[in-house]
Amino acid sequence: MRSPAGPPVSPPAPPQHAANVPAAAVPAPSIVELFLAFAAISLSGFGGVLAWARRIMVERRRWFTAEEFNEAFALCAFLPGGNMVNFAVIFGSRMRGPLGALAALAGLLGPPMILIIAVGALYAHYGDLPALRRMLTGVAAAAAGLMIATVAKMARPLFRLPSKNPAMIAPLVAVATFVAIGILHWPLPLVLLVIVPVSIGAAFRNIEVRR
Amino acid sequence: MKSESGSLVTLAAFFAVTSLFAVGGGNSVIPEMHRYAVDVQHWLTGRQFADSFALAQLTPGPNLIIVTLIGYHVAGIVGAVVATLAMCGPTSMLAFIVGRASERFTGAAWHGALTRGLVPVTLGLTAASATVIVSVADYNWVAAAITLATACIALFMRVHPLWAFAAAALLGLAGLV
Repeated sequence: MRSPAGPPVSPPAPPQHAANVPAAAVPAPSIVELFLAFAAISLSGFGGVLAWARRIMVERRRWFTAEEFNEAFALCAFLPGGNMVNFAVIFGSRMRGPLGALAALAGLLGPPMILIIAVGALYAHYGDLPALRRMLTGVAAAAAGLMIATVAKMARPLFRLPSKNPAMIAPLVAVATFVAIGILHWPLPLVLLVIVPVSIGAAFRNIEVRR
Repeated sequence: MKSESGSLVTLAAFFAVTSLFAVGGGNSVIPEMHRYAVDVQHWLTGRQFADSFALAQLTPGPNLIIVTLIGYHVAGIVGAVVATLAMCGPTSMLAFIVGRASERFTGAAWHGALTRGLVPVTLGLTAASATVIVSVADYNWVAAAITLATACIALFMRVHPLWAFAAAALLGLAGLV
């Protein structure tokens, strides 16, 4: 196994070929294995952890089939909160019950928390050093670029709907959410209480219409 | 110490409530965190917020680890732990309960509608987050070029984004940003 905290690793393989991975035939991981697996996933993923989770859970360890992984992850994406945090809880609890969920969570959050607290302490002491300031300014600009790319990737499928699809409301919802939060700076709970029911209602109608 | 425990309660309450509105992941609530931590509570300056986001991106781990850093700013290690637990506790409970019940739900029509209805909201929120991150970063010509280049690399090239971060840090160190 590759050292999780090692130098920059190559990007994880694209997930398409994972569909042929056979059904999980291995015993469920122990509590300790759960902790270690999520610590490894957490520490190897810079920015996005999803690809690493799939690689370790499905391809390498075969604790989950590709279908189980997709189903669990779809669930995590619509539950509120961090996707990986939710995934750790659901995976851990399916493998080893409540203790398994706790072990997976501890593995996912413990090591990066210790790292980021150390980073925060260094920043508090040296954050104003000119050399570090300049480096951070550069990195902050790059981080903004990465975020813009994420938005573009998410927007592609949504703004390219088939012309006959009555769900053209989706782009409108996206733009309305963006304007309310990003430009008008309205409080998040208020905006979501209005926009989420509208969007889900529209999606529900759309499913009914197509039946 | 009264004010310190007061700010710990505020910290915990804010992240516990905000986490429940984190549709589609931790990045969705960046604007809300910025609004509250910088504009309302003045826990951090805009620059410190930008730095915290950059540092959280540089540190391996889930994206919402920026919460730990904000907590650390407010009340040291205790603040870091409190903020992280508040951000993850309530949603983890929910995930635990729903995860147990979910095997019965998959495939139901409303399940698909829920997922599909949340996608555009998540997109709008992430776009708002990108706006906040761009607006708090220090900008000149080189920094703008770095942002644009990183976006293009992430979109069109199969290069790990960490390389873009490393290049950006070097450009900054060389005094170009």
